[in-house]
Amino acid sequence: MLLLLGVTLVTFTLTNLVPGDPIAAALGEGAAANPATVQAYVERYGLDDPLPVQYLTYLGNLAHGDLGRSLATGRPVASDLATAVPATIEIAVCAVVVSLLVATALGTVAAHRRNLVTDQVVRVVSLIGLSLPTFWLALVAYDLFFRRLGIAPGSGRLSPSLTPPPTITGLYTVDFMLDGDSVGFVDAAAHLALPVGVLSLFTIGLLTRFIRTSVLEVLDSEYVRAARAKGLGPGRVVVGYVLRGASLPILTVVGIAFGSLLSGTVLVESVFAWPGLGTYAYQAASNLDLPGIMGVGLVVGVIYLVLNLIVDVLYGVLDPRVRLA
Amino acid sequence: MSLDGALTRRPRGAWLRLPRVWRSPLAVVGAAIAVAWLVVAVSAPAWVPYPPDAQQLPRLSPPGEGTLLGTDALGRDVFSRLMTGASTTIPLALGLVVASAVIGVVVGAVAGWFGGWVDEALMRLTDLVMAFPTVILAMVVAASLGPSLYNAVIAAVVVSWPQYARVTRSLVLGLRTLNYVVAGRLLGRSPVTSLVVDVAPNVVGPVVVLATLDVGAAVLLLSGLSFLGLGAQPPTAEWGSMISGALANFDAWWIGTFPGLAILTVVMAFNFLGDALRDAVDPTSRTERTAVGVASAPQSVELPVEEDRP
Repeated sequence: MLLLLGVTLVTFTLTNLVPGDPIAAALGEGAAANPATVQAYVERYGLDDPLPVQYLTYLGNLAHGDLGRSLATGRPVASDLATAVPATIEIAVCAVVVSLLVATALGTVAAHRRNLVTDQVVRVVSLIGLSLPTFWLALVAYDLFFRRLGIAPGSGRLSPSLTPPPTITGLYTVDFMLDGDSVGFVDAAAHLALPVGVLSLFTIGLLTRFIRTSVLEVLDSEYVRAARAKGLGPGRVVVGYVLRGASLPILTVVGIAFGSLLSGTVLVESVFAWPGLGTYAYQAASNLDLPGIMGVGLVVGVIYLVLNLIVDVLYGVLDPRVRLA
Repeated sequence: MSLDGALTRRPRGAWLRLPRVWRSPLAVVGAAIAVAWLVVAVSAPAWVPYPPDAQQLPRLSPPGEGTLLGTDALGRDVFSRLMTGASTTIPLALGLVVASAVIGVVVGAVAGWFGGWVDEALMRLTDLVMAFPTVILAMVVAASLGPSLYNAVIAAVVVSWPQYARVTRSLVLGLRTLNYVVAGRLLGRSPVTSLVVDVAPNVVGPVVVLATLDVGAAVLLLSGLSFLGLGAQPPTAEWGSMISGALANFDAWWIGTFPGLAILTVVMAFNFLGDALRDAVDPTSRTERTAVGVASAPQSVELPVEEDRP
């Protein structure tokens, strides 16, 4: 909670104490030269109050769910974000699932073949994954799979011919499924494929290294040797014993990876014209749209906090020792 | 042979052996690529075939037809801009890593060494910065300062110092109660002398590893901000903004492809190097097998996960 208050303070301070001129940015150079226009604008948004007062006003509005009105879109920031957040969550959750599956497979194999050729190959591949500029990869993937090969759909969340599903969760794939619309579901899922694939590559690089290390630590433990000695097959040992033992450190890294995905979406969403948090943040930042910027910072801060909470709860679910402590 | 002799005797030719880092092929490859790009960064303006901003060539001509890597929508030579881009990005990335490392190490050392409310206040501050994904915070800072390459560097420093502070603090916390440090204090060393003479040498290793890995992150962050239009402004030759220029000309694949490969190779080089360095410094992540039953080295180095970057 204290951190949340800190987050609002940081976004507020940053956007106010730095030398950008939001008035000129919002009104345009011509209108900003007219003192009467500027005066009206300043009064409308309370920009002439002392900063602490402006901050308290902002906090008061926040308590009522009012994030202010975006200077760029002219709509309330809260409603802008209400459509943007699910779009980003949809990408991020899919990317986490995909990269977790791939990275677990790669990391486990690398740990079993420690120091052999396979291990070195996995190491180099994951380092390359960490080195890829995602915005460039997004561009290349879009050009290759959509424009040249034509096997992936274009930008956005849906083909223009389809109407969005009735909003239940805001995640198009889930909403289509709840609506029983299989055509819409397939189309929404196909639009997800490229952005998710591009974002996953970086996360796979991040996760593989850590999963390898965690699996290595467990592999030498006595209970794994005991399981092998009992004559259990390698598959059952890995799934039931090794991965279960390694799940706590993996969970920690997944939390961090989710954060890195939120960063990645900013760069990838603009390439795929994906109407999510990243695109919105970029528009707000380039228009010096203060309420928009603060809204994004706040929402991302909240997502982070919720994420940490979920990770903490899952610790207890996965490891009884945490519950007892 | 006496015990003394056995302990001091060195294997023949030991002086020929390279330090352990350089025995890893990853480190050698990484260092070679990094040095090559550094040479380019320093010397490029002297030998590129065309001035990077000159719009004198036929527009959008593909690679091989008159120019090595083709030309962009304004008739500028992609190869010349690519090489000049190295001298834009690499020095700035190195500079910003050094700046964040210095700030972070000082903050972390002060927090860990003095403890109490100083520690509390400084660590809450780092928590606050780390509560944001790096790109989003950097974007907000860069946008507020106004879009320019130097403001992007400042924004990048703002988001990257906390990781050094955390590592340094945890190292200093562990070191300050060790006997040799306490003995130094009892010999009459002032807190500052003790920090510099006794503690600092044990902090340098992990910080250097972290900084090496961070150069890659810095290049990605800078070019990412430029890609979004918040870093280098036209007509500066910069890889990120070259790629964003390619968005408008999909058919001219060569405009965006080569800057992306340049970023990839630079970042990869420093990641390879940093990873090999980490193996050498940090016993816990070492690739080599420790025999079963042999006590593994204590966890002396806590390197954080490389958090969110583009």
